Amino acid sequence: MSATAGSGTSSGAQTQTRPFGTDPRPRLKVEQVSYAYSATDRSAPKFILGPVTFEAQQRELIAILGPNASGKSTLLKLLGGVIKPLSGRVEVDGAEVGGLDLRTRAQKIALVQQESELLFPLRVWEYVLQGRYPYGRRLRFESDEDCLMAGNALAQVGADALRDRWMEQLSGGEKQRVILARALSQQPALLLLDEPTQHLDIGGKVELLRRLRKLSDENRYTVVVVTHELNLAAEFSDRIVLLQKGKPLRIGTPAQVYQRDLLEEVFEAPLEVELRVTGRPRVILRGSH
Amino acid sequence: MKPLTPRRIFGVCGLLLAVLFVVVVISLRMGAYPISISEIVMTLFRGVAGQREQIPSEFWLVVFGLRLPRIALGILVGAALSTAGAGFQALLRNPLADPYVLGVSSGAALGAIVSLVIAPHVPGLIQIAAFAGAATTITAVYFLGRRGGQLDSPTLLLAGIVSASFLSAIIMFLMTTLSGRDLRGMAFWLMGDLSSPAAIDLRWLYFILLVVLGSIYTTSSDLNLILTGEQEARHLGVNVKRVKLVVYIGASVLTGLAVSVSGAIGYVGLLVPHVMRMMFGTDYRLLIPASALGGAIAIVIADTLARTVVAPTELPVGAMTALAGAPVFIYLMRRKVR
Repeated sequence: MSATAGSGTSSGAQTQTRPFGTDPRPRLKVEQVSYAYSATDRSAPKFILGPVTFEAQQRELIAILGPNASGKSTLLKLLGGVIKPLSGRVEVDGAEVGGLDLRTRAQKIALVQQESELLFPLRVWEYVLQGRYPYGRRLRFESDEDCLMAGNALAQVGADALRDRWMEQLSGGEKQRVILARALSQQPALLLLDEPTQHLDIGGKVELLRRLRKLSDENRYTVVVVTHELNLAAEFSDRIVLLQKGKPLRIGTPAQVYQRDLLEEVFEAPLEVELRVTGRPRVILRGSH
Repeated sequence: MKPLTPRRIFGVCGLLLAVLFVVVVISLRMGAYPISISEIVMTLFRGVAGQREQIPSEFWLVVFGLRLPRIALGILVGAALSTAGAGFQALLRNPLADPYVLGVSSGAALGAIVSLVIAPHVPGLIQIAAFAGAATTITAVYFLGRRGGQLDSPTLLLAGIVSASFLSAIIMFLMTTLSGRDLRGMAFWLMGDLSSPAAIDLRWLYFILLVVLGSIYTTSSDLNLILTGEQEARHLGVNVKRVKLVVYIGASVLTGLAVSVSGAIGYVGLLVPHVMRMMFGTDYRLLIPASALGGAIAIVIADTLARTVVAPTELPVGAMTALAGAPVFIYLMRRKVR
């Protein structure tokens, strides 16, 4: 627990330094974004998301929370420009995401979803170098700069030593770090991650979120994470977007969002919320006795 | 970190070209008429230099008239089938994909035969018909190989194998009713055979081969990303739809091209890209030219064996490639299952 308290102070210190050297424009601007999914073109929509409105600055870590099928991943895809919103707009550094061509978008936004199985064996460095694709012209061979950036990305996630290993030989935590390194080698402004902690043990989860916090604090990334981990989100994020059945129920700091009645209703579980000395809430499962 | 450089590509291609040259010379040496290696090399160099009058006429006939055209046809077919195989493997994200296993070659063969039935003497029509047959078959197999909206590897391979046997049955039916049990022709279309010279100028076919190889090659860095995952490739800025369309058309043209002159030769498209991957890695920027040259080498060797092991009779070259390719297919399949 001492480690989590440590990260709490570091983000506290960050709040003081934030006004300096920061672009006042929001890095990510989500304006009245909605989306509808229907089985066929003519049938009534099965699922409606939004409208969602929020902004994120550099160095902010946003967590999207909600039960299954609440639209978390859909919202993340809308932010990444993978799907187009039915109405509203998503802007990154003032540019509408839907209007960017594919490569320019990949230079601004890195989206990490569940990884596909690799067809043929690949070395870690080859995998990370793929993140440089948006910067090359067709058939251009990787430059020294690309190698430097990929090397930096590996160093940023503490995976230098894994460089020459095969992807298939990595543990879950190592693989997640390498995947993150590939996203970082895109040099994005916005880093979007869909349930990155899913296959990690508790140590791996804490490690990954602490790393994301550090990346956003020190390297000015804006990070948006979809997760099921209520306590880790409370510990590491600046703001929470809480979704239920496609509706944004509440958007705010963890302390603002983590209200007992609200969480109990959304997650349909008996929960207790306590506010810790760091100012961050903690969720506990209420015993039935 | 040692990324791929153009120098390495040229180095590997140079090496493979040298191997191909040696294989070609050895293949020229094999046959009923005895001719020594030095005589072959001399004939080749003088022929290329345009000094035809200095070459003994029987050497000219054996090398340029008889053996080299067949070898040139083999090089074309091998390069086309191997590149098509590497393309289908990336397109379908399936390491066992091959024009023959997927039934694409049979589709091309059927297209070719139908064009021979309808309009036998229109130049180039057989190639177009073979391409149409190949493209139709791969489309059908692609949709038959889906399960729940997803491409499913075993279903895809089964769909290919079943399509191949269905199409082969139609080919057999057409051949038997039309030309009165022409067994040699049957072997040509079903097993693949290089003994009949192409009815069309080889230079045309080589021109098409190079254009298609070039256009598939322009997608090679995109294919590298698609191989690690289509969704991820899209997030990294790859126009997946465009790339797939280029490779789908390109691989179908190459299969049609090969089948129209040699029938359905199997397993080259599976075997060669895998061997090249083991030797030179999985990067498509190197794998595509290496597969093209490796396929050429493989077919020239296979055809040389096919026409010499049971001389004076000949085996269809497809029998040789199946002898080598089928065990490799089983090996790769079992390794993947584990």
